[in-house]
Amino acid sequence: MKKKVLSLMLVASMAASLLAGCGGSDEGQSGGGETGGTAGTTGTEAAGGETASGEKLTVWCWDPAFNIYSMEEAGKVYQQTHPDFELEVVETPWQDVQTKLTTAATSGDLSTLPDIILMQDNAFQKNVISYPDAFLDLTSSGIDYSQFAAGKVAYSTVEGKNYGVPFDNGAVIACYRTDILEQAGYTVDDLTDIDWDRYIEIGKDVLDKTGKPLLSCQAGESDVIMMMLQSAGASLFDADGNPNMVGNDVLVKIMETYAALKTSGVLIEVNDWDQYVGSITSETVAGTINGCWIMASIQTAEDQSGKWAITNMPSLVGVDGATNYSNNGGSSWAVTANCQNPELAYDFLASTFAGSVEFYETILPSSGALATYAPAGDSDVYNQPSEFFGGEPVFAKIVEFSTKIPSNNTGVYYYEARDAIATAITNVVAGSDIDAELQTAQDTVEFQMAQ
Amino acid sequence: MDKVENVTGEKKRRKMSMSKRHNLTGWIFLAPATIMIAIMSFVPMVQALLLSFKKGVGAKLEWAGLFNYTRMFQDAVFMQSLKNTFLYLIIQVPIMLILALILASILNKKDLKFKGLFRTMIFLPCATSLVSYATIFRSLFAVDGLVNTVLIKLGILNTGYSFLTQPTSARIIIIIALVWRWTGYNMVFYLSGLQNIEYSVYEAAKIDGASPIQTFFKITVPLLKPTILLTAIMSTNGTLQLFDESVNLTGGGPANTTITMSHYIYNMSFKYVPNFGYAAAMSFLIFVLVAVLAFFQMKVGDKRDE
Repeated sequence: MKKKVLSLMLVASMAASLLAGCGGSDEGQSGGGETGGTAGTTGTEAAGGETASGEKLTVWCWDPAFNIYSMEEAGKVYQQTHPDFELEVVETPWQDVQTKLTTAATSGDLSTLPDIILMQDNAFQKNVISYPDAFLDLTSSGIDYSQFAAGKVAYSTVEGKNYGVPFDNGAVIACYRTDILEQAGYTVDDLTDIDWDRYIEIGKDVLDKTGKPLLSCQAGESDVIMMMLQSAGASLFDADGNPNMVGNDVLVKIMETYAALKTSGVLIEVNDWDQYVGSITSETVAGTINGCWIMASIQTAEDQSGKWAITNMPSLVGVDGATNYSNNGGSSWAVTANCQNPELAYDFLASTFAGSVEFYETILPSSGALATYAPAGDSDVYNQPSEFFGGEPVFAKIVEFSTKIPSNNTGVYYYEARDAIATAITNVVAGSDIDAELQTAQDTVEFQMAQ
Repeated sequence: MDKVENVTGEKKRRKMSMSKRHNLTGWIFLAPATIMIAIMSFVPMVQALLLSFKKGVGAKLEWAGLFNYTRMFQDAVFMQSLKNTFLYLIIQVPIMLILALILASILNKKDLKFKGLFRTMIFLPCATSLVSYATIFRSLFAVDGLVNTVLIKLGILNTGYSFLTQPTSARIIIIIALVWRWTGYNMVFYLSGLQNIEYSVYEAAKIDGASPIQTFFKITVPLLKPTILLTAIMSTNGTLQLFDESVNLTGGGPANTTITMSHYIYNMSFKYVPNFGYAAAMSFLIFVLVAVLAFFQMKVGDKRDE
């Protein structure tokens, strides 16, 4: 009898611990799944319940020093006129934003999404077209799109409708080490408003005299190619969204230019992002060309303060519409269909990111968040000289660049095309025929589109 | 007679109910795990199978029959990833298993000193996270990484060699990385298998004048056969699902020459325009390949039934 009682108690305690274990792991799981988003779900629930009376918005974005900071500042600006307004920013890395968005939209349960998410411009078309029900059309939301650079607005425009409020600037800048150029007998002015032929010429000279290449980039990524492409207003897709690679003269010219850069030694390829930044900060190379957000990484090398200068990128040779301006990266704010109070979200965005010069003045000095909002470019803050970049008013310069960027059609299948082109250029540099490689790339993308 | 029958009948009934009760207890203990595995694992598998018969972008899916399954054989990138994966399988798995076997038999020697230390050192790579070891290998083989620095210092190379941007060297590095990471893991299985071989067998062989090599091939290998079979199946399974090394070490490059099937499936679901039906179909191909290869290995390796 005693044994029976004992075993019964044991079974009971086991069952209890099992249940407790389940409960615990459940909690743990939801907690784990929401790392960076814990508050997000609860926040949206609260928003959903309260919005009738409350004034709360939840936002997902990823960089504490940059876009999270900017969003929080925007919240403070808006609170001055709307004391009831509440803003909750949840730190969510871009990969997680994409995965959560995919999960929510595929399962048809959008309730896990916040009111506003920050989206990479390159992924905008893909997400809106794949999940049209997940986003709100902002065309008639009261946001004045004429105040933004056209090339930037194009990223978040799908079938003539605007789905995003442009945020940070990805205007391409060329950064050079003035001290190294000087050793080879050049100044930044010699590298301003030039074309790639001249760039390679100077690059070879600098390489001979100082042993330092002018440019480094990540192997297997096509950033440099995409920047060249947009600088001439060309795209990998035509207006109907079909791949436009075979017989694309601009692309052929770019392939030739890239191969020439590589074989001349002016461009070196590294394996990953850390090595890329390392090649700049450890003086392996004498310069770089990238979106202006690269400045934050360059400025981590504090000992190089004053030795850097910024100018525009080289233009393609013999191509119609070639310019010295392009774009790489950047992001825009999107309002999700889960937003319970769209009017509030519209008004909030329209009166901060799309309407307040004062707001952009606040965020610029500490975050370097450059606006694509044109009126902000006239602000005095933008004309402040930067000690690191040789005492030049670099921000004003970049805003000026950004107004001259030709627009480019990323298309829905941007990442497919990008990878196919990266494969092609790797083979071209290794000696393959350009036309044959472009044909393969086009076949690959067409195959992936045909489903 | 009647009475007796009655008694036995009653006894039988009571016995039945006893065993029933035992069975019931067994089922109750099994139930939680079974139900959870069914809900967490088998239900999604069936759903994935259904998904693999659908096509469409993102959430807009429609039935497409075997479309995805015929499609993948026309997909040049997927075929490349299939080839890459089999290349790793054919070259890496035998090297790793033979190495593990040799190491295990060396470390099983009775008179070896610091056995524990060596075993730990060889097993330690398994405790490393897949992502971090891949990242470490990537920086080791960088143009200005440790390997190149050593080779330049030794005068073998003049400038750094870009290992990860050349197809052949990139593949070799993935294989080296896999061998480093998994040899110790397999060695532990062999070591435990070797514990079951009586030492007297080796002593007898020694007395009969067998050389160490003869002992290895005539005694160790045949007696370890079940363990070798187990590790071969596990390694095949693992290699076909290879993901972290392709993503973190080489990024699938240069020009897709190192991309694995799982990496391509990931791209298809999360990097590119999401095509979950196609991704699910490709996952099921891996499942079928694992099943078929395991079946053949068992047919070839396990002769116990015959």
